[in-house]
Amino acid sequence: MPAIFHYISQNTRGERLPPAEMAASLVLVLLIAVTVRAVLFRSSLAEIIAERVEVVSPLNGWKRVVEGLALLDLGVSPYSGDVFHETPLVIYLFHFVIDYSEIVFMIADAITAVALYLAVQDYNKIVFRKQKYTLEAGRYPLDVVELLRTPKEMMYIPIKVAVFYLLNPFTVLSCVAKSTCGLNNAITALFILCTIKGSALLSAIFLALATYQSLYPFTLFAPALLYQLQRQFIPISIHSPRFWIFTSQYGSMYLGSLVVITCLSFFLLSSWDFVTSVYGFILSVPDLTPNIGLFWYFFAEMFEHFRPFFICVFQINVVFYTIPLSVKLKEHPIFLMFMQIAVISIFKSYPTVGDISLYMAFLPLWHHLYRFLRNIFLVSIVLIACSVLFPVLWHLWIYAGSANSNFYYAITLAFNVGQILLVSDYFYAYLRREHHLIHGLYLKKKDGTEETLILK
Amino acid sequence: MGLLSDPNRRRALTNLVTRLNTPLCVMCYIVGITWFLGLAFEPFTLRTYMSENAMGSTMVEEKFVYGDRALSYSREFSGHRKKVGGLPVDWLVKTMKSRGLEVYKQTFSRTLPFPDESKERYMVKGTNVYGILRAPRAPRTESILLSATCSEGSNNNQAVGLLLALASYFRGQVYWAKDIIFLVNEHDLIGMEAWLESYHDVNMTGIQSSPMQGRAGAIQAAVSLELSSDVITSFDVVVEGLNGQLPNLDLVNLFYAFCQKIGMLCTIQGKLQRNDWDTLPGYSHSLNTMLLMVLKQSSGRPQGDHGLFLRYHVEAVTLRGINSFRQYKFDMSTVGKLVEGMFRKLNNLLERFHQSYFFYLLPSLTRFVSIGYYMPAFSFLILILMLRALDLWVQLSNTPHVQDDEEQDPGPSMLSLATPIFICHLTGLALYFLPILSQDMATQHFPVSETEAVVFTAIAIYVAGLALPHNTHRALSGSGTECGWRSLKLLSLLYLAVLLGCTALINFSLGFILAVTMVPMAAFVQPSGPRVLYAFGLVLVSPACTLLLSIYFYHYLLEYPITLLECWQQFLMAISQGILDHHLYGSLVYPLISLFIYPCWLQLWNIVFWK
Repeated sequence: MPAIFHYISQNTRGERLPPAEMAASLVLVLLIAVTVRAVLFRSSLAEIIAERVEVVSPLNGWKRVVEGLALLDLGVSPYSGDVFHETPLVIYLFHFVIDYSEIVFMIADAITAVALYLAVQDYNKIVFRKQKYTLEAGRYPLDVVELLRTPKEMMYIPIKVAVFYLLNPFTVLSCVAKSTCGLNNAITALFILCTIKGSALLSAIFLALATYQSLYPFTLFAPALLYQLQRQFIPISIHSPRFWIFTSQYGSMYLGSLVVITCLSFFLLSSWDFVTSVYGFILSVPDLTPNIGLFWYFFAEMFEHFRPFFICVFQINVVFYTIPLSVKLKEHPIFLMFMQIAVISIFKSYPTVGDISLYMAFLPLWHHLYRFLRNIFLVSIVLIACSVLFPVLWHLWIYAGSANSNFYYAITLAFNVGQILLVSDYFYAYLRREHHLIHGLYLKKKDGTEETLILK
Repeated sequence: MGLLSDPNRRRALTNLVTRLNTPLCVMCYIVGITWFLGLAFEPFTLRTYMSENAMGSTMVEEKFVYGDRALSYSREFSGHRKKVGGLPVDWLVKTMKSRGLEVYKQTFSRTLPFPDESKERYMVKGTNVYGILRAPRAPRTESILLSATCSEGSNNNQAVGLLLALASYFRGQVYWAKDIIFLVNEHDLIGMEAWLESYHDVNMTGIQSSPMQGRAGAIQAAVSLELSSDVITSFDVVVEGLNGQLPNLDLVNLFYAFCQKIGMLCTIQGKLQRNDWDTLPGYSHSLNTMLLMVLKQSSGRPQGDHGLFLRYHVEAVTLRGINSFRQYKFDMSTVGKLVEGMFRKLNNLLERFHQSYFFYLLPSLTRFVSIGYYMPAFSFLILILMLRALDLWVQLSNTPHVQDDEEQDPGPSMLSLATPIFICHLTGLALYFLPILSQDMATQHFPVSETEAVVFTAIAIYVAGLALPHNTHRALSGSGTECGWRSLKLLSLLYLAVLLGCTALINFSLGFILAVTMVPMAAFVQPSGPRVLYAFGLVLVSPACTLLLSIYFYHYLLEYPITLLECWQQFLMAISQGILDHHLYGSLVYPLISLFIYPCWLQLWNIVFWK
């Protein structure tokens, strides 16, 4: 196996940047990101951006938070006006830091980026170690050398992830609009970091916080659990007692922190108003302000008595894919995590561009799948064109009055189809790479001709 | 999705697209142009029809007989106007008050960014006078507006006279369910902009005006009158508004329906309807009409006073009385009946105009082309860009191994791509900001007026942009790589496609004209082959040349051809007007061209001189 030996020897003397230099480039990226945001905060664009329906939703609009705070200061329940739909913890957070809100949002973005950076760095080490063991055990076919990952290529991934999150126009817009989506992203990123670092308790607490914030992240329980089982070498089988012990441990930690947080919120406001106002609002979708999601148009058009049925159908989409994906990707929990975050941001009831930016930050991590991606050109064109067309069609509909909601919804649909294609393309590419790692890169049919893989 | 997921079929499709790329592109271009030309052919278009129920079911009887009174008002008005040397505000207020209207004045002032030479104005001060006839039969939440402008240089006395006569006639009727506003605005569009901004309590263009004293309800529709003779032979209806926005087609249909009823001749783009659509002259006549509309719409300028209403969701048209050499004339009573009929019908509106089309082209008043019919023509042109981009993408992704040897890492390649794009956009920014900012300096150093200074600075920056950017990447990375220009071209093509798509949605005509000119050159430029020819072609399709040619073509279509020198003067004037329109009314054409289209074109220019 000369090729593989060559590969191993190359790995052992793989050049690495000193950590100080990587840290310096991370600081540089952070500085650039903060500068961009600070400039935008000071410009007249901030007000326009804060009004865009693509950037803020009824759940996370800053105006609504301010309204909730005003009600709280007057001694009224912030949920009494049907305007405010954030959680009690967020309103108490801003109760103390309302004067520094811009800084809070910038810090939230920075936390997300740094957490993702550290998480990805750690994850890469694990992936690389695993690949090395498999190589040394000689379990890879001979011709997959070009599929193997090199330290040189992996070295830049963490910083790329940070750049993708911080300098993504979607994140910048979301931060400048002071959408509380940035906070949710920070919590999710911390959850990912804790999971990858292997701290079950912290991971459960942050997952509970994320669930408390926006409900849907509870589907991330599955990948987090799978990852930690894998990390502790616990076999995933229903006959293994260790599997059940750990699952119940992690589950009870998660549920326990969820109960604690919820009760804390109850004691802060001494009422259960927030449950209907936040979670009822997320689940029953009463606000049909247009956004980049799929809900508003359907429910605006629908007859009232079909509403509960279709709400169930639409909401089930988010959780529907969790189990099949968990079964298929049980060996690859971080990729499952990425898929789940993407599915949530596509199918949630009030999506904004901030949600999209979180899963887009993961794309550099799957850089090695690039050669298997099939529609990336088409999909990126669709996504870019739709992002540009959103404001144009909004202008035509709302200001010029010449177009109507159908035009806007058409773009929403195209945008979501683009996202779904993107995610399924990555899914397919991931599966295909794994297939090649087992069966060899150049597949031959029995008669010796080149075999092709067909996804059906 | 089978086509996209089956690798064999995918490969076949990719092969097809790459091998037949050039013929496919040429075919798309031909199909696009033919489709567009076919739109003027009558069997391919739809007949206009009234889709608003409130407009169709009830007929009204027009009884306006105050034609002579209108004429006497107009004589009186012109006398007072001469005496005062402007809008006779006091006389107008007194007359309107005596007719029983609630009368208000609004003063405004605006200093233009630079003097407007075609209308000879710089610091504009004026007064708008408007009277409101309160609706006796309904809560005053809605209104209709009739306006006539009074500005230096134009006559329009008869329009004001008719407006006053209609006001006094309408006062005597009991069936008004909407307030009617009678507005006489000074300094045409500037006055109209001032009035509209204070009526809706916004300030978008930095005009100073006194606060509005009285308001009626939300304006549902507006008609702007332009009459400069005592009798007319025909009415011309003007639809194109600011940024190419059009009023709801029902309003145009309404006008046409009443012209038919009264027997008045009506035209659009100054062209009469012809019945011989199956002959060549008949076809070329309607093509002529449609092309005139496309050219006017693409300018993004309001073609009449109504043009500014559209931005406020108010459907509006301008009716322009024409007095030609035709024998049969219509007097003021008939004209008044037409306006009365339209207002009676508008009075019946139950909700805002929303039924009919907002995106259309009119080859004649009875035929229209809706967005679903004209968009394919444009889509075929955009398809060329997509096909070329796909071809480039396949080429780029098939040769990665060769590239690895030439470039050590993707860093320099990114830099060599980002620099020309950055410089092109910087030039665009200069083109947008510098002409206005540097007019003082230019007038000090050169013997030119402010307006000329602005226009010539703009042209100088435009031309300088051609020389500037294409030298930069060589300094950066030695020599341009094959991969480099392909990536730049890929980016430019996609950028152009998105830009044109957005433009065509807002202003179809502008997007289409830019696509017809720029797309073929954009698709075929490359740094090898006959580069002089490419460069010449690119200059020919650059936005400035397109403007020049459009002006020439416009006059040719008007059957009033101009010489090249006149065309050049018109071109200079068009540039200054374009900049003024942007600053005075918020027209988007100048920023679009200078900030986006021109930089995109410069990127293509860069490709020709890549090596």
